[in-house]
Amino acid sequence: MTEFVSSSYVLLPLAITLVAPFIILMLKNHITLREMVSFIAGAATFISILYMVPSVLDGTIYTFTLFTLLPGITVSFAVDGLSLIFALLASFLWIIATSYNIGYMRSLKEHAQTRYYFCFAVAIFGAVGVAFSANIFTLYLFYEIITIFTSPLVAHHQDEDAYSGARKYVVYLMGTAKLFLLPAMIMTYVLCGTLDFHLGDMVQGIFPEDAPTHWVVLTYFLFLFGLAKAAIMPLHNWLPSAMVAPTPVSGLLHAVAVVKAGVFSISRVILSGFGVETMEALHLGIITAYLAAFTIIVASIIALTKDDLKARLAYSTVSQLSYVILGVALLAPLAVAGGNMHIAHHGFSKITLFFAAGAIYVATHQKKISKMSGLGRKMPWTFGAFSVAALSMIGVPPVAGFISKWYMITGAMDAGYIIFVFALMASTILNTAYFGQIIYKAFFEAPAPGVNIEKYREAPLSMVVPICITAAISVYLGLNPTGFYQFIELLMGV
Amino acid sequence: MNASWPVLSTLILFPLAASVLMLFLRRDTTVRWVALAAGLIEIILALPLLSFKIGYAGFQFVEKYTWIPQWNISYYVGVDGISFLLVLMTVALLPFYVLCSWSYIKTRVKEFHICLMIITSACIGVFTALDFVLFFICWEVQLAPMFLLIAVWGGKERIYAAIKFLVYTLSGSTLLLAAIIAFYIHGGTFSIPDLIVHEFSFQFQAWTFLAMALAFAVKVPMFPFHTWLPAAHVQAPTAGSVVLASVLLKLGTYAFIRFCLSITPDASVYFAPLMIGISLVSIIYGGLVALGQSDIKKLIAYSSVAHMGFVTLGIFIFSIRGMEGAILQMINHGIVTGGLFMMVGIIYERSHSTAIKDNMGVAKFLPAYIFFMGFFSFASLAFPGTNSFVGEALVLIGAFEYSLIIGLVAIPGALLAAAYMLRLLLYMSYGEPVAPKVREWHDLNLREWIYLTPLAVLVPYIGLAPTLALSTMSPSIEKVLGYIESGKTQVNIMEVHEKAADQRLAEFLHEKNLILEDEAYPDELRIGSNY
Repeated sequence: MTEFVSSSYVLLPLAITLVAPFIILMLKNHITLREMVSFIAGAATFISILYMVPSVLDGTIYTFTLFTLLPGITVSFAVDGLSLIFALLASFLWIIATSYNIGYMRSLKEHAQTRYYFCFAVAIFGAVGVAFSANIFTLYLFYEIITIFTSPLVAHHQDEDAYSGARKYVVYLMGTAKLFLLPAMIMTYVLCGTLDFHLGDMVQGIFPEDAPTHWVVLTYFLFLFGLAKAAIMPLHNWLPSAMVAPTPVSGLLHAVAVVKAGVFSISRVILSGFGVETMEALHLGIITAYLAAFTIIVASIIALTKDDLKARLAYSTVSQLSYVILGVALLAPLAVAGGNMHIAHHGFSKITLFFAAGAIYVATHQKKISKMSGLGRKMPWTFGAFSVAALSMIGVPPVAGFISKWYMITGAMDAGYIIFVFALMASTILNTAYFGQIIYKAFFEAPAPGVNIEKYREAPLSMVVPICITAAISVYLGLNPTGFYQFIELLMGV
Repeated sequence: MNASWPVLSTLILFPLAASVLMLFLRRDTTVRWVALAAGLIEIILALPLLSFKIGYAGFQFVEKYTWIPQWNISYYVGVDGISFLLVLMTVALLPFYVLCSWSYIKTRVKEFHICLMIITSACIGVFTALDFVLFFICWEVQLAPMFLLIAVWGGKERIYAAIKFLVYTLSGSTLLLAAIIAFYIHGGTFSIPDLIVHEFSFQFQAWTFLAMALAFAVKVPMFPFHTWLPAAHVQAPTAGSVVLASVLLKLGTYAFIRFCLSITPDASVYFAPLMIGISLVSIIYGGLVALGQSDIKKLIAYSSVAHMGFVTLGIFIFSIRGMEGAILQMINHGIVTGGLFMMVGIIYERSHSTAIKDNMGVAKFLPAYIFFMGFFSFASLAFPGTNSFVGEALVLIGAFEYSLIIGLVAIPGALLAAAYMLRLLLYMSYGEPVAPKVREWHDLNLREWIYLTPLAVLVPYIGLAPTLALSTMSPSIEKVLGYIESGKTQVNIMEVHEKAADQRLAEFLHEKNLILEDEAYPDELRIGSNY
C-alpha cells in the first residue's frame, strides 16, 4: 500500500528546471547552444520524472522537506500519482514546444529571444514545483512564480495591446492570489495548524471535524476563486487577453503550464486538502460542479462568436478547464479520474490546436477563421493534426478527449447527477459547432475573397513535426486509456 | 549584575568616539574611509552579542551604573528578545549608510558622517535603555542629527520637511516626557524593569498610555499622524531616507511593545480596538495613497505607512504569532525598504530625479539595477519565500486567530502592496524612456553591488529559514503577553468588583424603594424592575 519515502531525488527535476534558465541567460550570444539547452533540459527533466513512475505506481509517495518556515509551514515536495500526471505533461511538452519555438521565433525574427527562453524555462520550473507541492505554501510559492515569469511572455511584443494584456494578466492572477488565496491559506493554517496536504487517498482531508462550518466554507470558496488560473467564470477574462502573447506561449503556457497549474491546484486542494468527506458533508462539491458546468456551456457559446482563431481556442480552453473541475467536483471515483486524466488529454490536444494556429500564422499571417477557407489543401499536415485535436475536444473516439469524457459521464451517472451528463452533451454539440466550422472551411470551402492561397505552403519542419507528434499522442492516449488512469487509481485508496 | 565586557555601552559610545575623531580630519575621502571603518569595527564590536542566550526571556548584557542618585536615575542598559534583532540591525546598517552616500553627498562630508554616527549611537541607546531618563535622552538626541540630515543635505523643500519632521516628533515627545514624570511620581523610579512589575491603577494607565501612544504613533507613523513622513523621505538624502525607514520608524513600534504593553497592560487591552482600527486604516490608506504616487520616494514612503500598519496590527492583537510577525516585520521593513531607498538613491544619482516618469524603461540599459529593484519590490509586496512574507503571514495568522473580520479587512492591504509595487516596477522596466541620456547611464558599480548584495541575501534567508530569528524573540514575547494576560484577568476582576458594587447599589436602592431603570445595568441586576 501507500508508503512514504523521504528522498532528495525529487529535487532533481526541480534543480534541472531551475538551473536551465540561468544557463540560457549565460548563453545569450550563442543562439544554437541556447536552444540546445532548452532541448537537453527538457529531456533531462522528463526522464528524471519518468524514473519515478514505476515506484510511484507501486504505491510509493516520495517526499522531501527543504525549508521549515514555521511549524506546519514548510517548503516541501511530494510526488504521487496526481503530481506525475501534471509533471510529465509539462516536462514532455517543453521538449516538443522547444522545437516549435525555434521554428516560430526564427521565422518571425522575434526580438528578445533570450528573455523569452529564460521565462519559458522558469515557467516550467514553476509548473513542476506546483506539481510536486506537498503543502499549500509550496503550491502558492510556485503558483506565484509562474505568474511572475509568464507575464513578460504575455507582454512580449511590448506594444499597447501586449501591455494591456499583461496588465490584465497580472491583475487577475496576482490580485486573486493575494485577495483570496492568501487568506484561504492563512485561514487553513489557523484551522488546521498545518498546511500539509493529506496524501495517499482522496477521502480524508486536513480540516478537523469540529472546525466551524462557515470558516471551512469560506476558506473553500477563497481557494476556488484564489486559484484564478483555472479560469472559472467570472474570473476567466485574463485568458483571452493573454492571447496577445506569441503562439508558442499561448500553446504551452495557456493550454498547459499556467492553466493546468490552476486546475491541478484546485484538484489538489479538493482531493488532498479538503478531502471527499468534508466536501460531501458541506455540499461543496455540487456547488462547484454547477459553477463548472455553467462555465463549460457559457464559454463554449462565447467561443462560437469569435472569428479570431486564437480567441476561439482561448474560450475553448476556458470551457475545457472546467471539465477538469467538474470531474473532480462530482467526487465520484470515475468522474475524478476522468477530470484528472483530462489535464493530460486536453493538454496534448490543445497544444496541437495552438501550435497549428501558430503554424498558420507563420505560413500565412492570417488570424481570422473567415480567411482560412481552403487553406487545408495547402497545409494538409497542419490542418490534419488540427482536425484530430479538434475531434479530441469534441470527444470523438478514438482520440484522448473521448476517454476523459467517458469517465466523467460514467462518474456523473454513478453519482446520480444526470444534469451534468446533459451539460457535457450540450458542450459536445457546441464544440462540434465551433470546431466543425473551422475544419469544414479549411478543407471544403473556396478561398475567401482577397486571399490568394496559392502562395502559401506548410510552415517550417521544426513546427510541423511537433504538431504531428502531439496529434499522434492524442490518438495514442485515446487508444490506450489506462495510461493516465493508473496514476489516479492510486488516489482511490483501493 | 554587570556583564564582564560592556558590549552595549561600547556599541553606544564607539560611534560617538569615531565622530570625535572625524572632527579632526580634513579630507573628504579620509572622512568616508574612517566612517566606513568605524561602521565595520562597530559590527565587530557587536559580535559578542551573538552569545545572546536563546530561550531566556529576561534582559541580557545588562549594565547598570548609578548616575543621579537623588532622582534615582541610573545608566541602565540591556537587551532582550524584543530589542536584540533591532540592535543588530541598527549596528549592521551603519556601513551601508556610508557606502550609499559615497558619491551622493558632496558637501559638508564630515558633518554628514558625524550626524550618521550620532543617530546610530542614539538609536542603539533607545533600543537598549532600561532607564526612562536615558531612554528619553536618546529618543531626543536622534532628532537633531536627523533634522540636519534633511535640512542641510536634502532636496528643494528641505527646510519645510525638516521643520515638519521636528514639530511632529517634538510635540509627541512632550507628552511622552509628561508620562515619564508621571511614572516617576507614582512608581518612584525611572527603572523600566521596576516599572514593568509595578502595578498602576487603570485610570493612571489609561492617561499615561494615551500620552505615550501619541508620541509613538507619530514616530511609527500611524494614520493620521503620518503626514511628516512622505515630506521627510522625499527631501532627505538617500542615507537619511534609509536611516529613517530602517531604524527610526522602528523606535515607535519598539516603544509600543516595551512601554505601552509592558507598563500599562490594562490600558493597552482597553485601547486595543482603537489601535487595531487605526492600524487597519494605516494599512489600507497607506496602500491606496501609494498607488496614486508619481514620485518613487513618496510611493515607498506611503508603503512604509502601510507596512508599519501591519506591525502595529501585529502588536495589538496580543497573540504570540502576531507579535513575532510584528517584530520580524520591523526587521524585514528595515532590510527591504532600506534596500528600496538605496535603489532610489542609485537611480537619482543617474537621472537627478525621483519622479517615476523620469526613470522609466531602464531595464534594457541597467539590467543589474532592475534585477535588484525587482528583487526588493517583490520582497516588499511579500512574495512567498521572501522575508516580508513570513512577517506578514505571521501577523495575518494572528489577526485571523483574533477575529475573522479583522483578518479579512487586512487582506486588501496585501493586495494593494502588490498593486503599487508592480505598477512601479512595470513603469521602471517597460515604460518608454523619457530621459534622452538613459543610454549613457552606467549599470551598478562595484560599490553599489557591495552594499546591495548583503541585503539581498538576507531577504530569502529570513524568508526561508526564519526559525532562528523567531527563536530569539519568542520567550520575551511570551513574557510581555504574560503582562497582558494578567492585565486582562485584572480587568475581569475589576468588572466583577464593579458588578458587585452595582449589585450592592441596586439592593440599597431597592431597600429605599427606588426604581433603577438605567439601561446600562443588566437585567439580573435590575431588581427594581419588578415594580
